[in-house]
Amino acid sequence: MIVTPGWYLALAAVIFVIGASGMLLRRNALVMFMSVELMLNAANLSFVAAGRALGVLDGQAAVFFVMVVAAAEVVVGLAIIVAVFRRRATASVDELSGLKG
Amino acid sequence: MVELVLFVIFALAAVFGAVTTVWARNPVYSALGLMLTLFSVAVFYVSNGAHLVAAVQVIVYAGAVMTLFLFVVMLVGVDRAENRKENLPVQRPLALGLLVLFGGAVLVAGRFAWVTGPSGGRAREGTAEALGNELFRRWVLPFELTALLLIIAAAGTIALGMFRPGEEGGEEDEGEAA
Repeated sequence: MIVTPGWYLALAAVIFVIGASGMLLRRNALVMFMSVELMLNAANLSFVAAGRALGVLDGQAAVFFVMVVAAAEVVVGLAIIVAVFRRRATASVDELSGLKG
Repeated sequence: MVELVLFVIFALAAVFGAVTTVWARNPVYSALGLMLTLFSVAVFYVSNGAHLVAAVQVIVYAGAVMTLFLFVVMLVGVDRAENRKENLPVQRPLALGLLVLFGGAVLVAGRFAWVTGPSGGRAREGTAEALGNELFRRWVLPFELTALLLIIAAAGTIALGMFRPGEEGGEEDEGEAA
């Protein structure tokens, strides 16, 4: 049996759905961030697999840019989590209702 | 054949790591599961010929990003049990139903040949030279823009870090958005 790019795309879909479930079902801001990383990695994997199927390097170039955006997002997001934690001593998004009318 | 064996082993590892990330009660276990998934994805990059991307994945993700995550997990506290009571009554069933629907839709859609293009030829190896040519010739302007993005992110993080709750001279707790 030969591993076709479709297999990688299917695996990326599975990982993406698991990440989305973490985003929807968890309340811990840190775990939600990790779920975002899962989804980004699933997208990266599908970029690379599709690029291989087409015989081009554009997919790998796209992965580079996704990685940069993910790194910037993690840095800012974790700084926000730490800032919120210093103020509220919690990482649960349910307890951050300060903007509720 | 080698690729098939590698795919099966590391696909199981990746899915296991992803499920651990989502289900573990302790955020440290979540971080370790995420690290397992990131390494498995790096292996998939290698078997797809993306060698430089695999190296960057291990260095940036499994190295820098996971260190940052673990650092914040330790800072925020690992012994703090998460309140798993769901406040929205329909959230969990609705979320699970939507996820099953979405996953099925994606898997079914994946059976069609969406990946079509002019050249279905053999994979190009993502060596540092080839990818550097791509990045610094065709994509040089987006590449410079990512530098701008990183500078903005770093400056924003420093601004957030300089802010201390109680140093701004008597404002109320709720008021300022850092």
